[in-house]
Amino acid sequence: MKIAIASGKGGTGKTTLSTNLAAFMSQFGQVVLADLDVEEPNSGLFINGELIHQEDTYKMIPEWDKSRCELCGNCQAVCNFNAVLQMGKTIMVFPQLCHGCYACSELCPTGSLPMKQKKMGELRSFRADNLSLVESRLIVGEEQAVPLIRQTIDFVDTNFSEEVTQIFDAPPGTSCPVIEATRDADLVVLITEPTPFGLHDLKLAVETIRQLEKKFVVVVNRHGIGDDGVDHYCREENIRVIARIPNDRKIAETYSRGELLYPTIPAVRSAVETIADYIGEFKRELK
Amino acid sequence: MKIIFTTKGTEWDSAMDPRFGRTEFFLIYDEGTDSVETYDNRAIENEAHGAGPKTAQKLAEYGAEVLITGNGPGGNAAAVLQRTGIEILVGAGDMTVKEAHEAYKAGKLKKV
Repeated sequence: MKIAIASGKGGTGKTTLSTNLAAFMSQFGQVVLADLDVEEPNSGLFINGELIHQEDTYKMIPEWDKSRCELCGNCQAVCNFNAVLQMGKTIMVFPQLCHGCYACSELCPTGSLPMKQKKMGELRSFRADNLSLVESRLIVGEEQAVPLIRQTIDFVDTNFSEEVTQIFDAPPGTSCPVIEATRDADLVVLITEPTPFGLHDLKLAVETIRQLEKKFVVVVNRHGIGDDGVDHYCREENIRVIARIPNDRKIAETYSRGELLYPTIPAVRSAVETIADYIGEFKRELK
Repeated sequence: MKIIFTTKGTEWDSAMDPRFGRTEFFLIYDEGTDSVETYDNRAIENEAHGAGPKTAQKLAEYGAEVLITGNGPGGNAAAVLQRTGIEILVGAGDMTVKEAHEAYKAGKLKKV
């Protein structure tokens, strides 16, 4: 079973919830936590596991072979991302813009754009008792997070059964990387904070997840600050708020030391327990 | 000599567009014939990716020798422009086209 932890707004507690939930649930069964925020993975800061696997990850991009090219311009016509352009007698390829779709390569009548491997990041897998952590890291300067997120999910699918609880720490926002990180999920947990800013971005996230036709619930973090806008909105929209994590300076202090929260902060433990129970129930229903 | 400006309109008094890739218009001034021509680039809004190189490719068709813009092209666009050998001057983003031309003549714009 796959559970994606997402949010519209950044910094609302995706990693806090992902790491604590994964560690807590691993006391009762096998859990894999996948950090899909590949542009800035940080779940690893909270999980002290043993490194068991590491690999370079690649995307495929076209490389121009001028010896065969007849400059027909077909490649630039089929590219949706302006990653291939014809400039006079030269075909220019922009690797950062390329989505690796193969269209230019496959449709080139002379085979002048063979696809070549280009390193885009690194994937690491750690193990701490019942908890596995899979983490991918995009190379600085690379613009495309989606292919690396895809490969990370594929790695999880290959190495862990659906029986294992799979928790995906998604990137922030509502764009392509978030879609990729949530599209396979059985359940999406949207974490937000009860502020106008949190509510604004929660609405965007809800619209996105509804488009994907995913089951989702909300967790409120830093409960006690802000206003009751999130509560009102969730009531009106019939969205279930399954837990609230209080605003507490001790949480920020513990987090900033890179420590998990639930072992020492009872309010977090109680919230995580409630979420884990909900997930357990959801899993039984799924069957 | 032809000079290209990135602009928000089609007149000498129009504001410059500080953006390169997503500029609304080009204004192309031909010093030799003292004539002005414009290109409407607003369809670029529909491009989620690669606006810079695409605009640069279009610009190359005019065979201009000087580009006057605001913030300057990004890396991908610059790679395309480099092939045209065009001279790029930046820092005219807050001016009108006319002011930008005068600033260029007075040597007040920064070369990239």
